[in-house]
Amino acid sequence: MGAGHGHRLYFGGHSAVHRLPAHLKVLALVGFMLTVVATPRDWYPVFGGYLLVVVSVILLSRVPLLYVVRRMVIEVPFVVFALLVPFIATGPRTDVLGLAVSEPGLLAAWGLLAKGTLGVMASLTLAATTEPTDVLVGLRRLHLPDLVVQIMGFMIRYLDVVTSDLGRMMVSMRSRGMNPRSPRSWPTLARTLGALFIRSYERGERVHLAMLSRGYTGRLP
Amino acid sequence: MLDVQGLAYAYPDGHQALFGVDLHVHRGERVALLGPNGAGKTTLVLHLNGILTAGAGSVSVSGLPVEKTHLAEIRRRVGIVFQDPDDQLFMGTVRQDVAFGPANLGLKGAALEARVMTALEMVGMADFADRPPHHLSFGQRRRVAVATVLAMEPEILVLDEPSSNLDPASRRELADILRSLDVTVLMVTHDLPYALELCPRAVVLSDGHVVADDTTYDVLTDAALMRAHRLELPFGFDPRSIDSLPG
Repeated sequence: MGAGHGHRLYFGGHSAVHRLPAHLKVLALVGFMLTVVATPRDWYPVFGGYLLVVVSVILLSRVPLLYVVRRMVIEVPFVVFALLVPFIATGPRTDVLGLAVSEPGLLAAWGLLAKGTLGVMASLTLAATTEPTDVLVGLRRLHLPDLVVQIMGFMIRYLDVVTSDLGRMMVSMRSRGMNPRSPRSWPTLARTLGALFIRSYERGERVHLAMLSRGYTGRLP
Repeated sequence: MLDVQGLAYAYPDGHQALFGVDLHVHRGERVALLGPNGAGKTTLVLHLNGILTAGAGSVSVSGLPVEKTHLAEIRRRVGIVFQDPDDQLFMGTVRQDVAFGPANLGLKGAALEARVMTALEMVGMADFADRPPHHLSFGQRRRVAVATVLAMEPEILVLDEPSSNLDPASRRELADILRSLDVTVLMVTHDLPYALELCPRAVVLSDGHVVADDTTYDVLTDAALMRAHRLELPFGFDPRSIDSLPG
């Protein structure tokens, strides 16, 4: 169970960015992302401007820049993919550091990296300045279907519970001599995920029972 | 006020869990429901608010039979606190969670807020209203789970293993809270000293039959009965050595 206040991505504060109503922040984020994605990737200076906007918002929110940067590791798989593109893509070749790479591939990689990084930074800024429950309130105010908001709420609530379930299962397996890094234990890990799914499914049923017991009729208050 | 007559139930897979159970609980009583694992205690509890429907026999709460047509009112009258608070606390904050039941009953605004805070004060958790449930200790979560049900102002409070997984201090605090409540209590438990401390009366369920219904003291001191139904007192505990019970 996580100790301390708030969600892992949340960085408590009282700045103007923190106080802004959540639905405005969500709208701003979606608007920003759409603009970034729609920008042609060879308008290089414009991307500099976007970066400036995101960094200014982060500075304004008084969330340490390093706090956001450290959480950007989530982007790594995309970075790896982006770095591969110039080598795989076809088209005219050009030399970079003595390696022949595809020119359109290079441009595609740049576009992917720039847009992805901006998107991740902006999303992390929202997460760092808004409690998950407030994001849900914001989404509801934006008239997202109620069922979708409910499902997202349960996801936030039970993510920690399911993760610690998995953690306990792993500890008990390790205590009985399993080495999770060895490929020989992969079948066991797969079965563990199956067991975790069933456990979570059964928990879902128990939660539903508890909800019915308190008069649930399909709508969260 | 709680009236169970000839209740029998078999699960869809054919396993019969209850064979004609009779149980009457009067207003203001605190009754312990004892029995070994698999005796049918949870099955019985799930009949009390209509989650399961009786195969035979009947259940009624303050004269209102448990039937599909008035399930909402039945579920207001019968508040069940489940064993794992993580199953019961599903909203983002303690306040939202406690508000869930009364809001389903149609309460709004200031009345809802007052109901939530009263319930949280009853369990001593008012200061935690805006915390997410997963940041509370297990004992605190159990108390909030009790508050979620109290907020519906039930006529009977049904607790499934209320003392399980609690440290001794949390266990005692919960006992103090339960004693302070002016509500009828049916408590399912394996914690026999807890039953003796809180409930003057005990009912023993074994293999789907009620096999004893007496004062808790008499049940716990009936060695033959206890042995026959896999009930055991913890090592070193003797009900006879206790002169007086806390009021």
